[in-house]
Amino acid sequence: MLRLFGLPDGVTQRPPTIAAAANLNFALTEIANQFERERGTRVEVVFGASGTLTRQIRDGAPFEMFLAADEEFPNQLTAAGLTRDGGAVYAIGRLVLFAPNGSRLKVDERLDGLSRLLNAGGVTRFAIANPEVAPYGRAAEATLRKHGLWDPIRSRLVLGDSIAQAAQFATTGNAVGGLIAYSLVKEPALADKGTYALIPQTDHPTLRQRMVLLKQATPVVAQFYHYMQGPAARAILVKNGYEAPR
Amino acid sequence: MDWAALRISLWLGAGTIAILLPLGVWFGRLLAVRDFRGKLLVEALVTVPLVLPPTVLGFYLLLTFGARSPIGQAFQSLVGHPLPFSFQGLLLASAIANIPFVVQPIQRGFEAIPSDVRDAAACCGLTPWQQFRRIELPLAWPGVLTAAILTFAHTLGEFGVVLMVGGNLPGQTRTLSVAIYDRMQAFDDRSAGIMAATLLAISVATLMTTTALSRRMSPSRG
Repeated sequence: MLRLFGLPDGVTQRPPTIAAAANLNFALTEIANQFERERGTRVEVVFGASGTLTRQIRDGAPFEMFLAADEEFPNQLTAAGLTRDGGAVYAIGRLVLFAPNGSRLKVDERLDGLSRLLNAGGVTRFAIANPEVAPYGRAAEATLRKHGLWDPIRSRLVLGDSIAQAAQFATTGNAVGGLIAYSLVKEPALADKGTYALIPQTDHPTLRQRMVLLKQATPVVAQFYHYMQGPAARAILVKNGYEAPR
Repeated sequence: MDWAALRISLWLGAGTIAILLPLGVWFGRLLAVRDFRGKLLVEALVTVPLVLPPTVLGFYLLLTFGARSPIGQAFQSLVGHPLPFSFQGLLLASAIANIPFVVQPIQRGFEAIPSDVRDAAACCGLTPWQQFRRIELPLAWPGVLTAAILTFAHTLGEFGVVLMVGGNLPGQTRTLSVAIYDRMQAFDDRSAGIMAATLLAISVATLMTTTALSRRMSPSRG
């Protein structure tokens, strides 16, 4: 109960807070917990779409580090002089076609099932992340375009604010399916909510995920930045469906 | 249950009341007892936040106080951090968004006082301040209380502008309503459910209180 009456932080002190793309929801929470167990210091993680977080950082949000879902958004921050340096690619993300249990959508890596269902008029709602702010949404758009499905499916799309919200739409059966992050459906709690097929990486620009330390980074967060490149973090990333950067 | 988020929400509600209530009593009374040119426009302006989408307020606040604006940079060099994405920034946004919730009930409260009561008080030789403190404020008190409760409830429920201006920072700007959204996005439906039920209970209790108060305030009195 005491916690209830303390003044808001920031009036007194700020915990080190980092911003991360929503596809990292499960993986980064696990890495941050592992980091806390090993080093005894805690970092707070705020998840959102890479574009939204980039905008917030440019408007002065007090994040000390930014883990994006692509390279373009962190590069914008570097160009604006807000980062320590160009940062590093920490993972390569994968996209999956997901169909919730009970959906009429049959998933396959060539999107044949989606194409058939679309032609039969069976696609009521299909979830992707908003391509404007979410790199996974952009990858989904590229994939749909490559298979000639973008124009026919456009009016059926439901756009998530972030890839996490798109996954929410797809896994709860509010859409017949969606193109979402592999790292989210790898989570045991979600994996049994439906079926999925990995999309070939050649179907869309590679999801090279870059992280940057921001100018105001404290030593703890700088430590976390290096920890992200170490074997413990790499192992968790791979377990969650990411590929190690090449 | 995100205790830190509940704490932020409660502080935000209390802070908004502390800022707005004194101003609301002064301004609500002014609108109730005075007639002046442009009163219609002033009343409209006071009510605007009621119909304005929160995104409009969020947009202007970020534009005015963001790190890229001159005012934002001046604020940052003065205080050490930018106004958006801080509790203080939330407080400002919340204060603006709640102006109608404070002014209107208070104005109605003062309007309900018959003018001959005021005249009688003046006849008895009370100074304007005594008249205000001993006669008007006690009579308008249900309106003031309604204003405080409505503001508190509305602040607890504020979402769009909090997310835009605050940015979901744990322990700083993540209120209960934003925490529900955050937990939903993290597929943590259990926590989201507990917090949603908490907010629902608080809201119902609040509305029951205001309804009971407004009954006591109804014109049959006096």
